[in-house]
Order: sequence, then structure tokens, then C-alpha cells
Amino acid sequence: MASPLTRDDVAHVARLARLHCTDEELDRFTAQLGAVLDHAEDVASLDIDDVEPMVHPYPLVNVLRDDEPGVTSDRDEVLAAAPLSEDRQFRVPAILGEEA
Amino acid sequence: MTALALAAAVRSGARTATDVLEEHLAVIDRLDGEVAAFNLVTAELARAQAEAVDAAVARGEDPGPLAGVPVALKDNLCTRGIPTTCSSRILEGWRPPYDATVVTRLVAAGALVVGKTNLDEFARGASTENSAFGPTRNPHDPSRVPGGSSGGSAAAVAAGFVPIAVGSDTGGSIRQPAALCGVVGLKPTYGLVSRYGLVAFASSLDQIGPFATTVADAVACLEVMAGHDPLDSTSIPEASPALQGVLADGVDGLRVGVVSELLGEGVAPEVATRTRQAAEALAAAGATVEEVSVPATRLGLSAYYLIAPAEASSNLSRYDGVRFGLRVDAPTTGEMMERTRTEGFGEEVKRRIMLGTYALSAGYYDAYYGKAQRVRTLIARAFAETYADHDVLLSPTSPTTAFAFGAKTDDPMAMYLNDVCTIPTNLAGHAAVSVPYGVGDDGLPIGVQVLAPALGEAVMGRVAAALERSAPTTPPPTLGSRPADATTSGTDTSAEGVR
Amino acid sequence: MSAEQTAGNGADGAGIVVSDTTGDRWETVVGLEVHAELATATKLFSSAPNAFGDEPNTNIDPTSLGLPGSLPVLNRRAVELAMAVGLALNCDVRPCVFARKNYFYPDMPKNYQISQFDQPLNVDGYLELPDGRRIGIERAHVEEDTGKNSHVGGDGRIHGAEHSLIDYNRAGVPLIEIVGRPDLRSADDARAYVSELRAVLVAIGASDGKMEEGSLRIDANVSVRPVGSDELGLRCEIKNVNSLRSLGRAIEYEARRQVDVIEGGERVRQETRHWDEEAGRTRPGRSKEEAEDYRYFPEPDLVPLVPDPDWIAKVAEGLPPLPAERRRRLAEAAGVLPAQVALHVERDLDHLALAAIERGGDPARVVNHVEHNLAVDGAEALDPGYFAALVTMEVSGELTATQAKAVLAEMVTSGRAPAEIAAERGYEAMDTAALDVALDEVIAEHPDDWAAYVAADDPKKAKKLAGFFVGKVMKATAGQADGKAVNQALAARRAASGG
Repeated sequence: MASPLTRDDVAHVARLARLHCTDEELDRFTAQLGAVLDHAEDVASLDIDDVEPMVHPYPLVNVLRDDEPGVTSDRDEVLAAAPLSEDRQFRVPAILGEEA
Repeated sequence: MTALALAAAVRSGARTATDVLEEHLAVIDRLDGEVAAFNLVTAELARAQAEAVDAAVARGEDPGPLAGVPVALKDNLCTRGIPTTCSSRILEGWRPPYDATVVTRLVAAGALVVGKTNLDEFARGASTENSAFGPTRNPHDPSRVPGGSSGGSAAAVAAGFVPIAVGSDTGGSIRQPAALCGVVGLKPTYGLVSRYGLVAFASSLDQIGPFATTVADAVACLEVMAGHDPLDSTSIPEASPALQGVLADGVDGLRVGVVSELLGEGVAPEVATRTRQAAEALAAAGATVEEVSVPATRLGLSAYYLIAPAEASSNLSRYDGVRFGLRVDAPTTGEMMERTRTEGFGEEVKRRIMLGTYALSAGYYDAYYGKAQRVRTLIARAFAETYADHDVLLSPTSPTTAFAFGAKTDDPMAMYLNDVCTIPTNLAGHAAVSVPYGVGDDGLPIGVQVLAPALGEAVMGRVAAALERSAPTTPPPTLGSRPADATTSGTDTSAEGVR
Repeated sequence: MSAEQTAGNGADGAGIVVSDTTGDRWETVVGLEVHAELATATKLFSSAPNAFGDEPNTNIDPTSLGLPGSLPVLNRRAVELAMAVGLALNCDVRPCVFARKNYFYPDMPKNYQISQFDQPLNVDGYLELPDGRRIGIERAHVEEDTGKNSHVGGDGRIHGAEHSLIDYNRAGVPLIEIVGRPDLRSADDARAYVSELRAVLVAIGASDGKMEEGSLRIDANVSVRPVGSDELGLRCEIKNVNSLRSLGRAIEYEARRQVDVIEGGERVRQETRHWDEEAGRTRPGRSKEEAEDYRYFPEPDLVPLVPDPDWIAKVAEGLPPLPAERRRRLAEAAGVLPAQVALHVERDLDHLALAAIERGGDPARVVNHVEHNLAVDGAEALDPGYFAALVTMEVSGELTATQAKAVLAEMVTSGRAPAEIAAERGYEAMDTAALDVALDEVIAEHPDDWAAYVAADDPKKAKKLAGFFVGKVMKATAGQADGKAVNQALAARRAASGG
């Protein structure tokens, strides 16, 4: 059984998802997501561990392509669509540590 | 005029594609200010395509089954060099360097791409109110929503802007707006139409499908879009099915089940009544009709609102201000990503990202995402049992007719309940179509949904066509009788204009 | 926070490691995770080229850039190479699925990596080292590589850089991650493991094995425990190890550091540390505010990979003999231990040695020549029959060891028969009379040295002087004398002189 959603949970997932939430937003999302999770208790409380999970609706396996080079994107076109580029590359602000 | 009639006229040389196109562009130009179905009208692109079709006809070549048919595309389908926004600020200014497979196929079939239609941001919503560019209005009543998320495509067909439009359906995003706008909306079997170039919402649920004014037009469009695509690993490795030929076969001897769980609580009485009338009409046409119980469908809504946000939270991670679209600058990349996403995404998108992130996070995966996937199996099994002695199932498409703007925006759960009838099909990966079936007490359209098992499009089409033949008429929208609303700008058809 | 600020006290913060060794009381335990780029023509999930050293951002396409709407399609060659690796590592090759590993980093286009999680392709194998030990392989799974960041300003290091540039050429390149069990007990073990693994990968054509180009990347999990203990200590993961030499140094440093921490009364913190080649030490990575939460879930855009027995058998048939097997074969033929022919296999000269032995070459001499005299270009093209003939001439006394070496060298460059070369050079083993004449002359030229040699009590001194005379004789005979025969003659002459 899952524990009820707390404001800290919401703050945690916001950080994981790289979203900033104001205090007011945290309160609102906590209430709204809590309501959805309450509704989801009908599913969460089921004892169905013996049922196979379904990842794909249509049962395909071994969909493969041959190792043959195809058309590549035009670098200029792609870099023109980027917010910022420099020296044939995508430019970003300083990266801190291991995690951006 | 239907798409098939237009295509026949263009193929025979009776009309030119250019003439057909200009006629439709003029209507869009005159009336889209009232509807705001389009994010962008691609008049120049369509004119070039029309010229190509006319040149092919002049050379005596086959211009394709949809020759000269104007088509509107939901703005989450990639179009090369043409802005593709998903109605989100975060994709501001992005022009994809490639076309979606369905776009390539439609153009190869002679269709003319007249524009990109509005949607709930990244297809998350059921009203088209969650668009960064403002809402689309229901052509039948401008104070009502068109449904969503493919609200722009549904409204464009309902308003007569285009005979055919393309949308995507993850939990009902084609069928529900089709019902609310009084047009046909078809969600094909998962894997029948390539998702390559469809900006993903929930990858295991998304499917592209057509809107049209008739069942025949809808399946004609589906025939063009369907069929194996090596660029989509989940594409079913079979050729496109032939559907147009079976529509007149009737329903004599078919076994139809009316799903009792989808007719109960929360369904407006008028909607339930129309659904029963539809069932009676099928019985009168020779089908065996009975009410059936598929209890597992009750779990659909919860399973969907765990699976779809989970997949969506991951699919939306790539919007980070690094490679394309919006960037809100900051001293470090981490802060830049957070600011870009915080300012670039709308509230409903954020809500679903957080819900999905939570459902996948350590300690909750088994209870939420994992459990929901097992429920998918239960639903698929329940359907399989039901289809063992039924050819198709019948239900309402949407529990109510079109609701007013703002009626459900503050209560996500109420909004989510709109999808209760459509979601089970997506979870099972099956096919379903919404067919207009008269109006409710408020004079607004009601849709009845025909559900079929995977690759059951042919029998589904037969039943849909039979419903269409028996349906009470839906009065056409009365656009043009009032000035364009001040809150929606007019659409410039002289060139590409972004709203 | 900077790395230094987050570092703890003691060995971490001050950077001083007092121990020279981990001593007799501690045992080092190492498990390696090796990432190898698979040698395909295209990326794992798209047809963009997989090539090192190209112009930045040229080997890209919508999928490797993670553009909206793009989809992955699995590369058959990458799968077969990964299966080959699994089979070569004695793994169980199993049905598997891909999963998304979600975390934000700007060199990862989708902000999730498509990898494998709870159902990897290869599990439960081992790698056999030249000394016969088997190092356990927990799993070897397939995943996509990231792009590359370079840092501008701040001396090109990540800390202090003003901004960074990203090249996505490497993004989506297929990787196999080979997770070894903690069965290694020293830096030497670790080096031997990586050398052997690299040899296997290169032998089967799965990877070019170039550490300097990043084709092979190593993370080392290092812990220490009291000798005799069966429990594993808390481990640190060492990253940024770019050569075999660094690997050994990093492990030795890290083990000493951990011993210092423990002997200083503290506990080792489980963390990721980076090897600083210049400083010769490991440093803690940036401390993370919260534990990693990768939110793995099955990749919905890809279908399961199910290698059936026929497919696996076909891949297995295509495997060349692996180093361990080749060592065993040669060792058996030569009557030595496999570890004694490791170099032969490493240099790819085991086939030559085997063939020469098969053609009658004396095994010990063949093995000896390959090890000491054939580390040259072109050796692999040597005719094994000629090689065997040369060895036979040497054994029979026709050629001295020095002559044989010279002839062998010329055989490699000219490809001619040894008898021909020996005759041309006038090589024939000297008879005893000629040798005595030469010896007489040398003794006459160095009477003092001779007297000292005869009188020498100290064996060391006698040995040194003997060497002097042998050298003089060899020089006088232009190397035609057999060293062994000269030694014998010299000793006999000394005994006769009363020494």
C-alpha cells in the first residue's frame, strides 16, 4: 500500500523533473495529485502480482534494422534550430558537477 | 462535399486541386476567427501541393486517392520546415527537420496540408483549453469547448474548413472531441498507423487517426495512413487494410454488446438514451444486441492516469532548452533547464509530469506504474473474453455533451472523468470510432462509440456505417452569423501565419 | 558546493595518504564495469554513422538528437555483436527488454538513456584469465552512449568553465556494459582482467578496444576488508580511468586511502570518486542532494528482444577461437602452462607457433623464439615450415643460437628459406679445433685477465671474467661460435691451468 502523498513528495518529484514550484503551487499540486492518487487506490490496492504486466498492446518481438548508414541531418539546419550554438556545437551555460 | 467526392472530382479532372484548395482557404480565412481551430495555416505549402496534383492530373498520372483533398494536421505531427508547436511555449520557433510518416503518406496520396490545428498542450487534456495559444471553440456553440486534446482538428472538420483532419488519441483525444463536435473520429489499432513524427505523449497508448464528416471519408484517410513503417518499432508488419469496400456490408448477423459499465454512473441520461437508440437501430438492421458487463473497464481510468503520465514524464524530459525550442537563460545548465521547463510548460503538463514522475519513483513503482500495467493485462483479458462472443461493443463516447469553458479546469479529476469511456480501448490497444448520433437536450452533438478488437477495423467500419445511416441528423454549425470573438485573432491565409 | 568542501576529513580532505601499501592485514576487492563501444557502422537505434573523430555534429539524425517525434529502431548488428560478447564470456543469452534510465544531463539528448535494467541480454558468465582463474560476469547489457561535452574557459575543466559545447556524434553509439563480479584482488588482477577482456572483444570483432579513443571505458568498484573476511566492505566507484596504467594506480591509491580511513577510526563512505591522473589520487564526486532515482521503466518505443536458439547458435558458430582456448591449445602442444604462452596469443602468433610445432619444430625453441625474437612486424606471415626447419637446424647444432636469431630475422623480412640464408652468410657451426685456435689467440692477447680468471676464488668474479672471455671469442669468430661450446671450452681450459 502506498503512503499518502505529502508536500515533500511533490517537492521531491518537482526536483527530479527539473520543475520549480512556488509554495502555492506545491500546495495546489499536493491536493490535486492527491485526489488522483486517491482515485487510483482502486488499482493500487489490488492484489494482482501474479498477473503479467502489459508493456505493449501488440505482441511484437525482434524488430530490427540492418546496420546500414542512412541520411544524416544537416548540421546547419539543426544548429539553426538550437537556442544557442558555437563552433559547430550546441552551446550551454556552465555545467556543474556530474549532474546538470 | 466529402473528401471522397472531392478526390473523385479532382482525379477525373472535373475540378482542379487549386480550385478546391482556394475555396477551403477562403472559408478558413472568413470563419476561423470564430473557432480558432488553426495554430497555423500553411497556404503556400498547400498551394504548391495543389499545383503538383493538378500537374499530375494533366500528365495523366494517378494523383492518389486523396487528390486535392485539404487536410488539417494536429500540431503535434512533425512537418518539415513548418513550425510544430504542440501548442506549447516550450517548442516556440521549432521547425522539425523531417516529416512524420503520416504526413509523407498523405501528401503522396494527393492530400493538401492546409494547416496545423490547436490542441491541449502536448495533447494533455480533454478540452483544448490547455493551449499556450488560447482555446479552440466548439463550432456548434462558441461558449463551449470542442473537447480535446485534438480539439482543433475536430472543430476544423465540424466547421467545414477541411473534409478531413488528423489527430492523435492517447485516451480518447480523437473520439471525445469528435463526439463533442459532431463528426466521425477514428482511433485505429495500436501499431496500425506509424507514430514516427508524432510528438509522443504516452508512447504505449498514442495512436494517430482521422476525423471526417463521414465514416467512408474516415476509413479512406485511414487506408492512406495505415501500414507498416520500418521507422516505428511498434508498427504492425502488415499492409494497410482495405476498409472502404466493406462499409456497405451491413450488420446482419453481427453480435453487438452494449457495455453496461460505460452506461452507468456519470453518463448524462440523454447520452445514455442516444446510445440505446443506436443499439436498437443496429438490432433493427439485423444485429444481435445485448448488454454485456466488462467489469475490468472500471479500472481503466486509474490505470490510465498512472501509465500515461509516467510515460509522458519521461517523453517530456527532452524539452530542456539545449537542442531546440525555448531556452530561459541562467548561469548554469541545471538552472537553465529548470527555468526553461518551468516557464515553458503549462500547468496541466506540469501536473502530469509530476504525477508520472511520482508513479515511477523509487518505492512507488510497484504500487502505481507496475500495478497499472498489470491492470492493462486484466482489461485486455476481459475484452478478449467479451469479444469471444461479440463482434463489436457499443458505448457512449463522452459522458456528456460539450461543456462550458472553465467548467472543469480547476478540478483535474472531473476533467479526467471525461475519458472514462474511451480509455479502455487505448489500454488494450484496440480500435474504436465515434459516430455522431443526434444531439442532446442542449442541442449539442452526441457521439456513440463502436469498439472493436485489435485489427477489427473492418467490422467496426461496417457497424459505424450502419449507425451513420440510422443516425438522427445533427444540425450543422451556424458560423459566420456573428463577428469574430475579440479574444481570438483572425487567421492569415495569405502566407504562413502563426497565431 | 565544491568537491573539496563536501569532502570529509582525514584522507579525503587533506589528500594525504600515509600508507605505502595496504599491508598484510587488508585485502583489496575490485569489481570492474567495462563499457565497450560496439564496432557497428551505425548507431544503436538509428542509421546515423558510428564513427570516431569526425567533424562535430555531423553523425546525427532526429533519433540521435532525440528530436520530438523521433523513434528508436534497434540495430541488428549491434545485437549480434552483443550476443557474441555474451557467448564469449560464457553468459546465458536471454530474452530481454530495453528500459529507460531517467536523469537530466545535457549530453544525453532525451534526458533518458535507453539501457537494460532488470532483464538484460547476457547474464551469469565468466572471463578466464591467463593464469586459469575465472572472474565472474554478472551481466553484459546493451545501451546507448551519450554525446560529449567540452568545457570552454576554466582550463577546459568542468569546474570553473564559463560555458560548455556539446557534440552529439557519439550520442546513440551502441555500448555493451560488462559488469564483472568483485572477484579481483589487486591492481594487477584488474589489469589482467581488462587486458584479457579487451583481447576477447577485439578477437570477436565486437570492439576496437581503444581506451585512448574511449571505445573502452572502465569504472572500478573498490573496497577493502580484513584478510580472512568473507564480507564485502563499503565500496567506492572510481571513474575517469583512461588507461591500464591509470587503472592500476587508481586501485592501489584507493585501497590505501580506504585502509587509512578505516585505521583512522572512520568509516568508508559509499560514493563515486574520480581519478585525477596528474595528482595521482581519487577525489570525491560532487555530493548529490538526494540519492539517484533513475525511474527505470520498460521502453515503450521498443519491443522485446528474444534471441531464439537458432539465432544464438548462428552467432556462436561465427565466433573465432578465443584467447583462453588458443592459450590452452598452444600450451598443450608445447608442454607448458597456458600462462606461459599468453604473450604469444596476445601477439596473434600462436597460430604460427602451433603450425611450426606441427611441422616438427622443437616446441620449447619455437615458443622461445616467438616470445623473444618475433615481436616484429611481419612475423605473422612467416612460413611455419621454414620456421620449423630453422629450429631443427639450431637443435642439430648446424646453427648457433646467435646465428639462428639472425637467420630468423632475415626470414621475416625476405621470406626465404633458412638453409639458403645460412649458406649465403657462411654460417656453419665451428669445429672444436677452430674454436681452440680462437681461444688461444684471445688468452694470448689478455694474459693478466687470464691469470686473474684462473686464480679467482670469488664465483661472482670468476663468472664476470668468464663472460669477458666468451664475449672476446664470439667477437673474434664473428658470432659463428656456439656460446655454449665456448663456455665449455673455457671451463675446461681453466681447469687444465689449475683454476
